[in-house]
Amino acid sequence: MILVLVVLLPIFIWIVLAYNGLIALKNQTVNAWKQIDVQLKRRHDLIPNLVSTVRGSMEFEKETLQAVIDARSKAMSGGVGVKDTVAAEGALTGALGKLFVVMEQYPDLKSSQNVRDLQEELSSTENKIAFARQLYNDVATSYNTKQQQFPTNLVAGLAKAQGAELWEIEDQAERAVPQVDLSLKPKPQA
Amino acid sequence: MSEAPNLFAQQAKNRRQTAVWVAFFVLFFAWLGFGGDAALYYGSIDANGQAHYTVPWMGIVVTFIASLVAWNSWSRGPKRILWSTGAVELTTPHTTEEKQLLNVVEEMAIAAGLPRPKVYVVNDPDPNAFATGHGPETAAIAVTSGLVQALNREELQAVVGHEMAHIRNLDVRLMTMIAALVGVIVLLSDGMGRMFRGGGGRGLGALLGGRGKKVGGGAITLVILALWLITLLLAPLISRLMAMAISRNREYLADATGVQLTRNPAALAAALQKIEASETPTTSIKGGAAHLCIADPLGRAANLKEGRLADLFGTHPPMVKRITILRGMAYQQTKSAAPQA
Repeated sequence: MILVLVVLLPIFIWIVLAYNGLIALKNQTVNAWKQIDVQLKRRHDLIPNLVSTVRGSMEFEKETLQAVIDARSKAMSGGVGVKDTVAAEGALTGALGKLFVVMEQYPDLKSSQNVRDLQEELSSTENKIAFARQLYNDVATSYNTKQQQFPTNLVAGLAKAQGAELWEIEDQAERAVPQVDLSLKPKPQA
Repeated sequence: MSEAPNLFAQQAKNRRQTAVWVAFFVLFFAWLGFGGDAALYYGSIDANGQAHYTVPWMGIVVTFIASLVAWNSWSRGPKRILWSTGAVELTTPHTTEEKQLLNVVEEMAIAAGLPRPKVYVVNDPDPNAFATGHGPETAAIAVTSGLVQALNREELQAVVGHEMAHIRNLDVRLMTMIAALVGVIVLLSDGMGRMFRGGGGRGLGALLGGRGKKVGGGAITLVILALWLITLLLAPLISRLMAMAISRNREYLADATGVQLTRNPAALAAALQKIEASETPTTSIKGGAAHLCIADPLGRAANLKEGRLADLFGTHPPMVKRITILRGMAYQQTKSAAPQA
């Protein structure tokens, strides 16, 4: 009897520990995803501000602005899954990046304090999204690794652990290294 | 992340070393209290082998006083440090630079998965930064105004990432604790030394010349007492050296963890280079907070050199070594990233 207990007790303790570890990681993953959501929402809130600020001076760049507005509404109405969100937000990141590049060509925009503050806000939000994504991927990876590794995988079913999807950068444009043109030649208008 | 194994290996190594140091500290502390009791115990053994000194009073009293003093400086330490540097909390940003600083701190807090620490600015032209607090919830990051001016956004981010690493690795807790422990040991050593030199001397003489001599316990008493007195005298020096060693190890670890947060070792290397290039000492930050800073604010020679002596007396590892390690990481990063592009 005692012998059975001596054998079973450590096994039981291990199951409890492994189970709790998995649950903790699962909640961390969910929480990390929520952090991304917070930042994405902040970006959605900031964009109308930016658009109305720069609209007056950027008459010629209607389609760039429109692309940002469209990408934003698409991202806001976008799906719930990791894949849909990643695709919609990736498109928005690309559109915003284009807008920032175009804004560089307007000296009166660059010198405006209001625009500079907004730009700092937005680039900070971009960074926050990137860092939240980095944290999410790190946490999700350790969650995935834990539930696949032996012997924790034995209790993975008990903890209802499922592989968390990583936020991978799909957009080729975003993955590519940005080209910086340092020559002072006038740029061809596209 | 292909550089991740390298970073984690470095973290694990630093963690092990620190654990050894802290254990050593605690043992040292126990020896100061109960070592004296041991000497008294063996000294009180009479001809029949009966010990008259059975309750370790010295250990109990020392533990009690030490806990009180340590608790006091533990709970007030971080506030005192911020106060001593004249740091002002940045709550409502006015300039773009201040907004940027708050944003950068928030970004790094997100990367570390922690609540945003309080941000303080020390009005000093020399670039420097430190973190303090009891844990991630109450931590504070302080930067000098010179740092905000000298560094660009990426470099500022790297420095804040380094400080955030101190917070995430619980270095801030450890350093606050160690500052309290060193304070107590210095205090105890002073107090007990005075006691023995003064009125306690007679008791000690009685102890040595009395019953102790008759039996074998005498030799043990003498050895323990001699060792104990020597540690009592050397305690302040040794405990400070130990604190420095821990602080040094933590800097390498914070560099590594900080880079893990920013994924940008080159920026931290550049920032450290700029900080080192400004030779003026950070006058606002005095000795008490020196070991917390990203670079030694006093500009002491021991921190610039490599070798045995610098390894003993520096609170910070040599900049050259830190920058070299970071450059190595940056090189690995570009090398592993290149084939994909």
